[in-house]
Amino acid sequence: MLELKHIHKTFNPGTVNEKKALRDLSLVLEDGDFATIVGSNGAGKSTMFNCIAGDFYPDEGDVVLDGTDLTYLPSHRRSRQIGRLFQDPMRGTAPHMTIGENLALAYLRTAKHQSAFLSRVSRKDKDFFRDQLSRLDMGLEDRMSQPVGLLSGGQRQALTLLMATMVPPKLLLLDEHTAALDPGTAEKVLALTKEIVAEGKITCLMITHNMKNALELGSRTLMMDSGRIVLDVKGEERKGLTVEDLLQRFKAGAGKELDDDRILLSDD
Amino acid sequence: MLIIIQTALEAGFLYAPIALALFLSFSILDIADMTTDGAFVLGGAVSAVCCVAGHPVLALPAAMLAAAAAGFITAFLQTRLGVPSILAGIVTNIGLYSINLMVMGTSNLSLFQMETIYTMARASGFAGSWYKLAVTALAVVLVAALLVLFLGTRLGLSIRATGDNADMVRASSIDPTFTITVGLCVANAMTGLSGAMVAQYNTYADVNSGTGMVVLALAALVIGETLIGKGSMLRRAVGVLAGSVIYRFIYAAALRANVPADYMKLVSAVIVGVAIAAPTVRKWAAFQMQKRRAAARKGGR
Repeated sequence: MLELKHIHKTFNPGTVNEKKALRDLSLVLEDGDFATIVGSNGAGKSTMFNCIAGDFYPDEGDVVLDGTDLTYLPSHRRSRQIGRLFQDPMRGTAPHMTIGENLALAYLRTAKHQSAFLSRVSRKDKDFFRDQLSRLDMGLEDRMSQPVGLLSGGQRQALTLLMATMVPPKLLLLDEHTAALDPGTAEKVLALTKEIVAEGKITCLMITHNMKNALELGSRTLMMDSGRIVLDVKGEERKGLTVEDLLQRFKAGAGKELDDDRILLSDD
Repeated sequence: MLIIIQTALEAGFLYAPIALALFLSFSILDIADMTTDGAFVLGGAVSAVCCVAGHPVLALPAAMLAAAAAGFITAFLQTRLGVPSILAGIVTNIGLYSINLMVMGTSNLSLFQMETIYTMARASGFAGSWYKLAVTALAVVLVAALLVLFLGTRLGLSIRATGDNADMVRASSIDPTFTITVGLCVANAMTGLSGAMVAQYNTYADVNSGTGMVVLALAALVIGETLIGKGSMLRRAVGVLAGSVIYRFIYAAALRANVPADYMKLVSAVIVGVAIAAPTVRKWAAFQMQKRRAAARKGGR
């Protein structure tokens, strides 16, 4: 369970560039919740993720994951429990290391190996990697000794997804992780995400600019504006909702129209 | 002739650990570690002092430990205090000059007629007249093998990822402060080992012997990577060892051709400059060719 309690964050305070990025942001995400997040540029979606992941510390408020206060824990200490994917598929993997080595890195840092700095990958682990890779259905299981730099963006993103979820994290953060992929690949990675999240019952937050995806995927939809959550729908209430309804509700919640071309113009 | 080959092989292995050190810090971690020159001398100084005290074998780990400490200072400046990485190395290097004088108590410490690992090997009759090469190669191959094994461990993989994709490292549970620190300590320990063996081999330690060592080792590294190319860690490590030996053969050939020894640093600088510039020059040349071909096509129409 993830709890964000009254989080405030202001960048460049006291200067002309002062930006209140998060204002009294509170959120409770139950175990197994899969929430999609939409909002215009600068609404604070990525800032919220950075705050949860520990890229910076909030000015006020608490970040609590499964009862543990993470607020001032450095990011590398959190990432054993929090998996994260970015929009840029190049960010999640090391290009000059092989597929197998990238997987090994992700696997060896998990809980059971935490203190074993000199642990190595066994043959059994390698078989496990092969099994996992074959789930992607991209033929990567036969290319384990090739450097990741040779893979396409979609393949790299799929691999990153696998690395983040191979040992299920307590929380998975997806920051428009399919936005930089071509439509066909994006769909495949999205389907894979759905499958992996459902199978591992992973608690998940996903930022998207695709309103339809935001309603179809997951169990809950959040809309953000000016550093706050202005709309939070789930369950029965969410089922019959259309994109138009969502825009209406956004207007009611935020007091203004949603004005982001990227969101409004994405047609599928 | 045989003696030249033997000497070149010996020198190749003696200096190979520095090339391995740069392989770790420069190729893998993507840090130009300027501590190298000073760490080399520190290794030599500690080794010589240990020999004087009658512990030539203990001298090697002691030298490695001392040089690793130097690497730690550089890493600390860089990761904790925000000093830019090149400057951090230069600062440590300058400081080491005084430290090295302090360790030796003099600017040149002779080990003449003292027991070294080489006199011990000769006395034991091990490997006949090739005893110097055998002892050195044994130590170096052992270190290289340990390095390759280390790079396959969780910590080793983390170090490699740190140099390969900083973004990824920030978002995963790797602490770059820790991996850079371990990487620089291990790299400088290897440089220190080289210094330690060279001092015992030459039977003296000199406070000025480190000048330009980083460039010489870089030349060896670049030769190795150009000839053997990229691939598995084992392959690359073997390439570095081969590069170090080949560099010493070039050195020997140049000496045979009556190039004064003083000019060898210039030769090394040119090798490094040319080798590192090669890909850019090649790209530029290919582009010029393409332009010329396009011009010819348009002119022909």
